[in-house]
Formats: sequence, C-alpha cells, structure tokens
Amino acid sequence: MTTAPSYDVILKLEDVSKVYAGTVAVKQANFEVRKGAVNVLVGENGAGKSTLMKIIAGVEQPTAGRILLDGNEVSFSSSGDAVNRGIGMVFQELNLFGNMTVAENIFATREITNRFRKIDRKAQERRAGEFLDRLEAGIRPDMLVEDLRIGQQQLVEIAKAVSLDARILIMDEPTSALSAAEVEILFKVIADLKAHGVAIVYISHRLEELIRIGDYITVLRDGRITGQEEMRDVDTQWIVRQMIGSDAKDFAKADGHVPGEEVFRAEDICLPRVTGGLAVDHVSLSLRAGEILGIYGLMGAGRSELFDCIMGRHGHASGKIFIDGKQIRERDTTRRIRRGLALIPEDRQREGLVSILSVASNLTLASLSRFVRLFHIRGGAERQAVSQMVRELSIKVADPAQEVSSLSGGNQQKVVIGKALLTGPKVLLMDEPSRGIDVGAKADVFRTMRKLSRDGLGILFATSDLDEVMALSDRIAVMSNGRLTGMFDRAEASEAAIVAASAFGHGPAPHILPQNLESNTDD
Amino acid sequence: MTDIPARAAPSSVSSGSALLTLMKLRTFIALIAVLVFFSIAAPNFLSAANLILMAKHVALNAFLAMGMTFVIITGGIDLSVGSIVGLCGMVAGYLVLNGIDLQIGYTIYFNVVEIALITLAVGIAIGAVNGLLITRLNVAPFIATLGVLYVARGLALLSSDGRTFPNLVGKPELGTTGFGFLGAGRLIGLPVSIWILIVVALGAAYLARYTPLGRHIFAVGGNERAARISGVRVNMVKMFVYMFSGFCAAIVGLIISSELMASHPATGESFELNAIAAAVLGGTSMSGGRGTIGGTIVGAFVIGILSDGLVMMGVSSFWQMVIKGLVIIVAVVVDQAQRRLQQRVTLMQMAKAG
Repeated sequence: MTTAPSYDVILKLEDVSKVYAGTVAVKQANFEVRKGAVNVLVGENGAGKSTLMKIIAGVEQPTAGRILLDGNEVSFSSSGDAVNRGIGMVFQELNLFGNMTVAENIFATREITNRFRKIDRKAQERRAGEFLDRLEAGIRPDMLVEDLRIGQQQLVEIAKAVSLDARILIMDEPTSALSAAEVEILFKVIADLKAHGVAIVYISHRLEELIRIGDYITVLRDGRITGQEEMRDVDTQWIVRQMIGSDAKDFAKADGHVPGEEVFRAEDICLPRVTGGLAVDHVSLSLRAGEILGIYGLMGAGRSELFDCIMGRHGHASGKIFIDGKQIRERDTTRRIRRGLALIPEDRQREGLVSILSVASNLTLASLSRFVRLFHIRGGAERQAVSQMVRELSIKVADPAQEVSSLSGGNQQKVVIGKALLTGPKVLLMDEPSRGIDVGAKADVFRTMRKLSRDGLGILFATSDLDEVMALSDRIAVMSNGRLTGMFDRAEASEAAIVAASAFGHGPAPHILPQNLESNTDD
Repeated sequence: MTDIPARAAPSSVSSGSALLTLMKLRTFIALIAVLVFFSIAAPNFLSAANLILMAKHVALNAFLAMGMTFVIITGGIDLSVGSIVGLCGMVAGYLVLNGIDLQIGYTIYFNVVEIALITLAVGIAIGAVNGLLITRLNVAPFIATLGVLYVARGLALLSSDGRTFPNLVGKPELGTTGFGFLGAGRLIGLPVSIWILIVVALGAAYLARYTPLGRHIFAVGGNERAARISGVRVNMVKMFVYMFSGFCAAIVGLIISSELMASHPATGESFELNAIAAAVLGGTSMSGGRGTIGGTIVGAFVIGILSDGLVMMGVSSFWQMVIKGLVIIVAVVVDQAQRRLQQRVTLMQMAKAG
C-alpha cells in the first residue's frame, strides 16, 4: 500500500474484535485513520461498520485488540472519554432532543455557563449560530429541533459534532436525509475540516459520494476487513466486489410482460399537516395490474404519508381511491385490507412486525380470518400457509415458532412481505422495501417483486435510491414537498430529470428561502 | 409459554437450556414448594376441607387476575376491578332485597338467574366505560381506570348510604330465593365457584390460544402500530379486554355476596393489587405482549396458598405482607433473568446453527 507522507496515521486499531453474546460483530480488524483525510468505510448492513465506529467513539469496548491514538495505547470506557481525546461522532440514528432548541442540543452536556452555573443562553445561541452558518443551513439556534425537517435535523447533528472541535470526526451516514444542495454544503465543510488537519471517518452507502470525497477506503464484510486501499487506486467494481464478494447489483431483470387493465387509482389525495400546509398535496396516480410504479423522492417528500392515506391511516385525509374501477369508501385500514390493499411499511421494527411474537404468528396476523372456522383458528391450515410462504419467499428460519426478532433484517423483511401477501392483495404498497437488508435479501425482495407483478399484482413502491427506482420500475413517479412533480415512463426516464423533479420546491439553496416557506418542508 | 426446542446440543447450551426450563417453570415450582412447605409446617393443611376452602379463596383472586392478564397483555392496566366487585355485589344485593321500583306503584322483582345476568351486565358495562375512555378519549389506562375505581366505589357506597344489604335469602313468593347457591352450593363435591372458575379459565385459555381475538390481544400488546397496519381492530380488542375484566369482577362480586348472604359496599378494596400480583407472578409482562392464563392461575394459587398457609401457621399479618411483597419482587427478578438467559441460549443456538 502506498502512503502519501502528508497523511499521518492518527488512530490505529490492531486486531480489534467485538463479540456480543453469541455473535462476532467485528473479527480482528486492523484499521487506520489518517489525519487530514477522509477515511471511507463501506460494507453492507450488518457488516460491522457501526460497531467498529462505536468502538472508536468509546460507546462500545472491544473484546480483544488494541487501540492506538498517536501511537499510544488507549482505552475508552465511555463516549465522554473519547470526546475528551478529540473524537466526535455523528450517529446514524439522530440523537437529538426534539423538545429542546437547536442550541441546547448542540451544547447538551457541555452547556456554557456563567459564574453561578447558570446556562448562558445567549452565548450558546451565538456559538451555535456560528456552526450553523458554516453549514449554510438556514436554521436559527433558538428553533425547536422537532420543528425542523429530518434533513435539517441531520445538519444540526453534524453541527453538534463539528462543534466538538474534534481531531477525529466520525460520520455515520450523514447524508441519508439531505438534499443534493445540502450534500454539497456538507462536502465543503468536510473539505474545510480536512484542510485543518481533522481526520474524517465517513460511512455511507452511496458509492458515488464515497468515490468523490474519499481519500482512503476500507471495506468490511461480515465483520472482517476485506480491503483497504487509497481511493485513487480503486473503482466502483472493486468496492462492490469487496463488499459482496461478487460483481453485480442483482435487480432481477424485467421479463417484458405487458401490464394489464388499471387496477388502482388515487384521485386528489390530500393530507393536511399539523403545522399547516399539506403533507400530501393533491396527488393523483393510477396503476395497472402487473405494473411496478416506483415513487422516488427524498426523505420528507410525502411518499410514506401518501401510502398512509391510501391505507386509511389518517382520518382527516381527503381524496378518492379506486380498486378495479370501484371506489373504496371504507375509511379504516381493516376494511381496506379486505378490499385488496396491503402495505409493507418503511419502519420494519415499529410498524411491520410484532417482534415478540413468532414468525408464524406474524405471517398470519393480517389474514387470520382465512384460517378461521366460526371462531376457531384451524392450526393445520395456518401451519400450511406459513410453511408455503416460508418456502416461496425463501425465509431462512429453522422453526416458524421462533420469535421473529431472532431473524436477520432481510428475513424479517420477508416476513413482513409474506404477511401482506397472505391477505391476497390486488395492490401492494411497498415503502422502502430494501431498507436495512443485505444484498442477498435485497435481490430476493426484488425477484419477489418481479414475480408478483408477473402474477398480475399492481405494485407501488417508494424509494430514495435512484438505482433502484430506475432498475425496477415500469413507470416512475417523483414526489417533492408532498406534490407529484414528475411521471416518467421507464423508456424516457433519465436520472437527471428524476433528480431535478425530486428537488422541485426545495430550491438550489434552501438557506435563502424565507422562514415560512422553509417550515413548509417539515417532515 | 413456548417450548424451547430440545435439540441435542453441547454442554454449555444444554445446561443453559436446563436452567431455562427450570426458570420457565418457576411459578409451578413455587406452587409445589409452598404446598410442600405448608403441608409439613401447618397441621391440617392437606385436609380436603382446608384445600377446598383455600381453593374458594384463591378462585376470587383468580377471576380478577384472568381479566387483568388480558388487559396487561394489551399493554394496559385495570385498577377498577376491586370497585367493580363492590358495586356489582351491591347491585345484586339491592335487586334481591328491593327489586326495581317503577315509580308507578309497581316494583319488579327478578329471579336469581336474572339478577346474576343483570349484575354481570353491569360489570361488563363498567368495563366498557373503561374501554371507551381509553380508546375514544385517549385517556391513559392507569388514569381512566383509577377514575372509574373512585366512581364505582362511590356509587357502591351511595347505593346503600354506606350500609350493608343484609340477609339476602330472598322471599319465595317473589322468586328471589336461592342466591346462596353460587357461594355455598356444590356440584359433584366441588363448590360452584370452583366450577365457574374452571369454565371461565378454560374459555379464556382457549380464547387466548385458538381464536383470532386472542392472537390480536397479543399483537396489540406486542406492537400496537404494527397491529393496526395489519388490519387488527385495535380499539375493539381493547374494548373487549376491559369488558372481560369487568365481567370477571362482576362474577367475583356475585360470589362474595352469595357466600356472605350480604353485600357490603367496601367489598373488594385493593383486590386489584392482588390480581396484578397474581398476573405478574404468573409470567405476564407489564410491558405487554406476554402472558398466559395458565400461568396467572398458578400465580393466583401461589399467592392465595401463601397467605392462607401463613395464617394457619399463625404468622402475623404484618409479616405476611412483607413476605408477599418479597415473593412478587423475586418473581419479577427471576423473570428478567430468564429473558436474558433465553436471549443468550437463542444466540448460542443460532451461532451453532450457522
């Protein structure tokens, strides 16, 4: 490995392992973090990236191995220890207090106080304002965090980490909710930090981003480091190969079947927001049997809210929906499921699964009435349906009586899909169906989507992954700010046009928007 | 409770599994332990008469605990059951003695079966009030049922001005006799109340295991949002569990009035706490989603036998309270330890499997 002399190693992990009860999350990892450089870390979900970073940030302690900071062995017993040594981290899950102001969040546990230990609110807000200005976020330090949209919250999280004046700054998926313009600003900030000699550890799934800003790249697979190179020596192919052990993203090819009649139509769906304005703004779309309609949009664009309206989860939503040309007047989820709608929610843990119930109980939860005679659940019929679904979706489970929480993310997602399919839907709504699952399971999910569409199911799927929407959709709808801002046939869709439509209403530089407009973009 | 797969596994896993099995059977082991202990320590403990007497005591708490179990599985709590017991007892007593005055010179007297049905309906109706407060008005279960606790107790006291309805033998010419059957009657050697307990317990256990409603109760407690998105009628499920809890409390009110042949408005005070204790002792998780009817019944027996046995041994009632409290705390501590061990064993088995 060639090392440019200007990049000194500031932090080094030697043979670090982390073992949780029964599972090895990180296996003998050797990892170097270089000063004044962006050290990129990639790997599939569950590869051990976050665990490795938590070890560096002092949140977790390694089971074995040494951590060398500036050549001296150190051990962090808490994240406070690491912060004191100049290590800051932007966590993937937002660690913010929604009920406090931006400034209070940035200085949480490090409050600026006067002589009498009273918090100096003015000073905090002034200092916070300086950091926020660097991020050109247009966020006032006295705003409540819960009033910000997700992207802005992510910027606050970043400002908080930057304010630590860290020598090593770990960023775990910092751009997942940012608009293109905000990403550009973040990259400028990163370049600035780099110039000041800060070592950045950058984790992301977006390969384009990594290749653009990374100086060094480290690839993790199954807790092992499978490659460590200078970024200029590698290309996307190499990264993907190290990550998954083979070359291609498997999107399952289209089979060229022609969609049938219209199976579903939504007309003029509106959902008012609590804070005023519309979360879903007069959206109309139609879907044909056997068609996959991808809905692309950034976080907070209103995709999930649209699905919620269609499923009848919001009593105050307006608009009409039709299945097979007949209007659905039922307003509650239970009866809409019976009419042939099914939702695979975005957040598997919170909305998809009852984690303490068995795989079998989860699978049949939405379709129990199918197995009931009078009021008795026929165990045989239920077991048969469960084992058939386990086979069809190739869910890896030894015994369906096992608790669903013991499964891997991908298999859990398959259980959620199986639950929806057992209701015998005509229209399947999939909200980010590939989020948080490994490549193998993703390919399975995509293959299942293809197969279902071949069988005549209409599929609406929401995603913020451009590759995914381009590869899987027959048609692509784009949402931004609650509105439908584009509708493309696959043949005529271009990435540029889709991205442009998804930024509609966000503006190229959100920070110059007047405040009242800005608040309309809340999640 | 689910069985752990008894696959052959190397020593560490199997010893963990053995310990786990022991912990899972902890309530049952505790039951056997108290039985053995008192049969040695307390004379006459094992006599048939004493066992039946204890069973009758336990039955009262077991009814309430079953209703409480369903409520707790959905993630709620029902503090009003003790008051419902008192109020339903007063309703039954009032109807036996006074009937319903129609204000036009006529008074309707009901026969005992009708009185029982009306009383049960009152219990269910109060449960429905709990349910409506919780589902429609979004009052937290703790607060809603706390409010109903006071209201129901107040109504019970108002119904008689705080006095007892004595001597509920009824009059043959009005057809109100036979009220004592529930509390004192026997069928095939067992008290009627025990038979009712068996029937209700079997029904509740069947409901929990083999009906969609039962499955939905667990789903609501495990993850309410996911249940809603899966089409479970969450509000109806909640309505049901509180109404069932009210139903169980009404049964207890009837049985107690019948046993005493009198209704006292303060009957059932703090019964809700015993019911919660039995449910928790039986493995019901206060955070919802977990629990079994069988476990709860065993839990009720442990608590009941413990207190009766201590009385027979002449232990002071002050010490009895201390001991009961310790037993409950130990039960929950063991419960937590079991969860952790369970996770470890599952992880180890997964690691072995692949």
